[in-house]
Amino acid sequence: MALPLSSKITIIFSIFTILSTRFVSCNNGRRLNNDPLEAEFNSFSVPLEHSFEVDDVANFEVRGALVLKAGREPSVSLAQQQLSEYDRAKLKEVAAVDGLYRIRVPRVLLQADRQTERLMDGHLTAFVRACAMVESHLSDVITLHTDVAGHLIGVSIVTIPGACRGSEVEDEVDLEAFNTTLSIMAPVNAPGPETALFLERMELETEKKGKNPQEQKSFFAKYWMYIVPLVLFLMMSGAQDPSGGGAGGGAANGGGR
Amino acid sequence: MAKLIFLWLKCLVSCCIVEAVFEDQVGKFDWRQQYVGKIRFSHFDSHVQSSKKVLMATEKNVFAALNTRTGELFWRHVDKTGPEGNIDAFLLHGQDALLVVGNGRLLRSWDISVGGLNWEVVLDSGSFQSACLIGQQDTVKHVAVLKKTVISVHYLSNGHQKWIENLPESENIDYQALYSGGNGEVYVLGIVPHSHIAIVVYSMEDGEIIKQTSVEAPWLSNIQTSCAVVGQGMITCVDSLTMSLYTLDMHTQSKMTQIPLQSLGLEVTPHFHPVLVSHQPNAAHQPLSEFLLQLGPEHHLLLQLNSGQMVVLRDFKPVRHMTPVLTSCVFVSESEHNLQIDILLKGLLHLSLFNAETGRRLLDTTQFLSIDPNVGKPESIYVQAFLKKDDSVSYRVLVQTEDHTLTFIHLPGRVMWTREEALSEVVTMEMVELPLTGTQAELEGEFGKKADGLLSMVLKRLSSQLILLQAWVSHLWKLFYDARKPRSQVKNEISIENLSRDEFNLQKMMVMVTASGKLFGIDSKTGSILWKQYLNNVPSNAAFKLMVQRTTAHFPHPPQCTLLIKDKDTGLATLHVFNPIFGKKSHITPPALTQPILQSLMLPLMDQDYAKVLLLIDDQYKVTAFPSSKNVLQQLQETDLTTTQIWEVIIPTEIQKVVTVKGKRSNEHVHSQGRVMGDRSVLYKYLNPNLLAVVTESTDVHQERSFIGILLIDGVTGRIIHEAVQRKAKGPVHVVHSENWVVYEYWSTKSRRNEFSVIELYEGMELYNSTVFSSLDRPHAPHVLQQSYIFPSAISAMEATLTEKGITSRHLLIGLPSGGILSLPKMFLDPRRPEIVSEQSREENLIPYAPELLIRTEWFINYNQSVSRVRGIHTAPSGLESTCLVVAYGLDIYQTRVYPSKQFDVLKDDYDYMLISSVLFALFFATMISKRLAEVKLLNRAWR
Repeated sequence: MALPLSSKITIIFSIFTILSTRFVSCNNGRRLNNDPLEAEFNSFSVPLEHSFEVDDVANFEVRGALVLKAGREPSVSLAQQQLSEYDRAKLKEVAAVDGLYRIRVPRVLLQADRQTERLMDGHLTAFVRACAMVESHLSDVITLHTDVAGHLIGVSIVTIPGACRGSEVEDEVDLEAFNTTLSIMAPVNAPGPETALFLERMELETEKKGKNPQEQKSFFAKYWMYIVPLVLFLMMSGAQDPSGGGAGGGAANGGGR
Repeated sequence: MAKLIFLWLKCLVSCCIVEAVFEDQVGKFDWRQQYVGKIRFSHFDSHVQSSKKVLMATEKNVFAALNTRTGELFWRHVDKTGPEGNIDAFLLHGQDALLVVGNGRLLRSWDISVGGLNWEVVLDSGSFQSACLIGQQDTVKHVAVLKKTVISVHYLSNGHQKWIENLPESENIDYQALYSGGNGEVYVLGIVPHSHIAIVVYSMEDGEIIKQTSVEAPWLSNIQTSCAVVGQGMITCVDSLTMSLYTLDMHTQSKMTQIPLQSLGLEVTPHFHPVLVSHQPNAAHQPLSEFLLQLGPEHHLLLQLNSGQMVVLRDFKPVRHMTPVLTSCVFVSESEHNLQIDILLKGLLHLSLFNAETGRRLLDTTQFLSIDPNVGKPESIYVQAFLKKDDSVSYRVLVQTEDHTLTFIHLPGRVMWTREEALSEVVTMEMVELPLTGTQAELEGEFGKKADGLLSMVLKRLSSQLILLQAWVSHLWKLFYDARKPRSQVKNEISIENLSRDEFNLQKMMVMVTASGKLFGIDSKTGSILWKQYLNNVPSNAAFKLMVQRTTAHFPHPPQCTLLIKDKDTGLATLHVFNPIFGKKSHITPPALTQPILQSLMLPLMDQDYAKVLLLIDDQYKVTAFPSSKNVLQQLQETDLTTTQIWEVIIPTEIQKVVTVKGKRSNEHVHSQGRVMGDRSVLYKYLNPNLLAVVTESTDVHQERSFIGILLIDGVTGRIIHEAVQRKAKGPVHVVHSENWVVYEYWSTKSRRNEFSVIELYEGMELYNSTVFSSLDRPHAPHVLQQSYIFPSAISAMEATLTEKGITSRHLLIGLPSGGILSLPKMFLDPRRPEIVSEQSREENLIPYAPELLIRTEWFINYNQSVSRVRGIHTAPSGLESTCLVVAYGLDIYQTRVYPSKQFDVLKDDYDYMLISSVLFALFFATMISKRLAEVKLLNRAWR
């Protein structure tokens, strides 16, 4: 109650975020993933591919390996190589002609028991402008989305910052390694009507009423000085203005916007 | 506590917007039109001589009575949609109309004089075959209903069952027809296809089987299409293979007599299934011994069967040199046995009466009638014949044409009225602004033209000023002229010639597209049909998309609408380009579309003639642009339009299927970028114009596992902005997507109720890029808020209000199955409604959360004008910011205006100008006088 509303909203937001996403390590690409995780029964890896061509004809090459861990709370990590010198030059070239940088992952089913059932036909693709990739110094945020049954249904990529301003980028330093933030998101459960809480509140209120009946009984007696003018005011305005005071209503209503 | 209650009251006052209409406002801004649909069965009320009723049961499961003088509805009963309310049979006896409804589920009797229900009985299960009235000794007291396995007989007076009997060998024999000749026996005709006919005769009294015979008929496959009972219980059948007529006397014979058509000098048109029509004017008597035989689409015959002898009374064969096309022949009941035949002769309807006994044409009964070539061919005709005072025969005809128009014609070729029943099935619509008047357009044109020299500009200005002066003078003259006439006679007749935009752009042209392929232009103010256009090449399963390519704002270019008509099976599409104000087909030839069309979209780009560009993507992923001028291609920076896939989201169909994809409306404006919070900070809205709301339903329909999925996807990048699942829920889902919110309604299988849910998206406390929105440059995901509510009713359609600048608060317009249209303030669907009231939420005017949304009766915008079966609601902005135009369509059409924030920009009708001005003047004089007095006083003081 004492919290300002804005901070409460922030809390709600963060709860949403925590509930729906599980951020996993961002890998700087210096080493391949040799964690014991990989050896675990549930985890498996699929390739993350990318494509950037001057003529904009997709030609996907492996960028790294996504290690997906199935289970009740699926998680994902990424192992990826540095960009080669040739690729760096090409990416800058593509950025210069405002081409696209595309990524794709194969469709998988996370909750399957056997390895063979996991892979499905087809790929999920997404893109960003190549210049945004260059100007953000390869800092991208990749999000994988699953459906209720654990199928991967979509992938999205954004760079931070996302704009193309035409700023100069140094090959060696800035375009060496990916700085990827990776997450996997399952659908959020949409809330139903909150009847239980509402009823609880109602009960509390009636209890309160029951506790000190004097206050309740003398309510009108106590506050008649507010109520009588208000009622009078309402009656007057009602009588004068049947369609209900134009602009005032509009302004009062404006809160809904 | 006091403060809390005080604020509560304040809150209530601010949100209880009284929106009811006053009694004197009824019908001032709104109108309703009621329809019945395409006729399936129709009978004239001949019970009373002076009756002016025609009764009809329609494909839309409506049973109605129309006034034959005016075409207005006397009464109407709307049953359930779908097969449950399907009207299988309609029998009329005197005052009582008997209907069999829902594949033989119900038998109802209606009193046709007032439209009240006499009785209703639930019949045994089983699929319906036939029904007939049964007469005995010149009176009709019973009705028999034949089902697949049983026959039951009911009293006409109260619906009680007299007897019910199982049909013998019903697993082998397909019983199809009923016959009663008025002698206390009921004949049931059944068939074993290509083998024999089975005839079972029941006693009317107790349902005992009197006789049971079977007759060889190896050529027969269906009784209802090939046979009829003629004369004294003679079954007459026609077979196209053996080219013969077969007759059988049900009372005596046990073998069919073959009469080759050749012996009568007749032959069947190849590939035509001949049709027999007999006529039983009264159920208590035998059918006529005359019957109609149709041997070809245009070839009808009148035959007579007299004691086994077949005689051709008249051959209505088309006369070669006149090339008339005979469309239909029907029997007409009256004391005399008359036969009606009509001939369509190249857009001319030619009707005459013939005497059935002799085959001779009756005098003075022929009429020629020119029918609008715009309505299609006549489909069915219903005739009412009557005797005039001088004992001559006259008749009235109800014609239903292919475009579902009903035309009622009186004898000397006079059209009494027409009804556009196609409007009972509006598929899509648009509201188009009316053009400027000629003088306004002249002025506009002056500014539009390029400057060419000082002198000519001056001359042009002078000439347009002159035209304005002339218009003003004529307007004054008209005012003067009208002032002398009584008020009631001055009518502003709306016609297509004097259409012009009004001051606040409140009057618009409603362009409606109907399922039958007929287009209508309706004036939104009065509801009168200003133009209609029947497109006769529309496939029956077509999908329509109507787009406004150019509005009226670009004078002198005419406004332009394009209708995309797509065959759902083949995917092949055609474009119909027309002027929405006059309905005329445009001279612009649309591109020929040879490939099936997958998708169409309107670009905001315009060509040099201000027509928006329409792109059509075919199954080869090639793109056709319309218009495809050089200018357009230049703007698209492309000479050869192709598509490339740039993102892909795959939703596995084995788990869920996509049911709706909803984007935002292109003409929507959002006035405020954010919401002011209680602490005076701003919460910015996430206003992504490319956002799509995708709704999915689970394939698993079990009530514990079924769910509804909501995905918010950016249409440009394919990024899934939000993905939510509503568990234990199922469709049908209704979605509205606007501004930064999505509202959807679903059925909760767990709690067995309808629920509303609202999702709102916010960027947060600061904007990422406040100048322009780009899907490519908005890396942070928006914050998502969601809340759900219980709604106490099912809904049939939903739409949000729309205003010119988006300043007015939004309401949701909800069509309910009860016929009401509810205007629900969006305020009540706000995920920020707090569960615990705090100082700040009160400051923000947020209503405390309550799980149930109540339906308040004053929220119904259509008071008692119920709108049946609302299928869609269309909203359009008007020139006034406070006003939104609403059209609800379904079986009925209802048009009105709504003021979501009340009329803050309009003075009320009863505004007291006199009082205000008199007060002003009084104050003015008071100041003058007091000033004068003060001066005098000051002067006096100075002298003292």
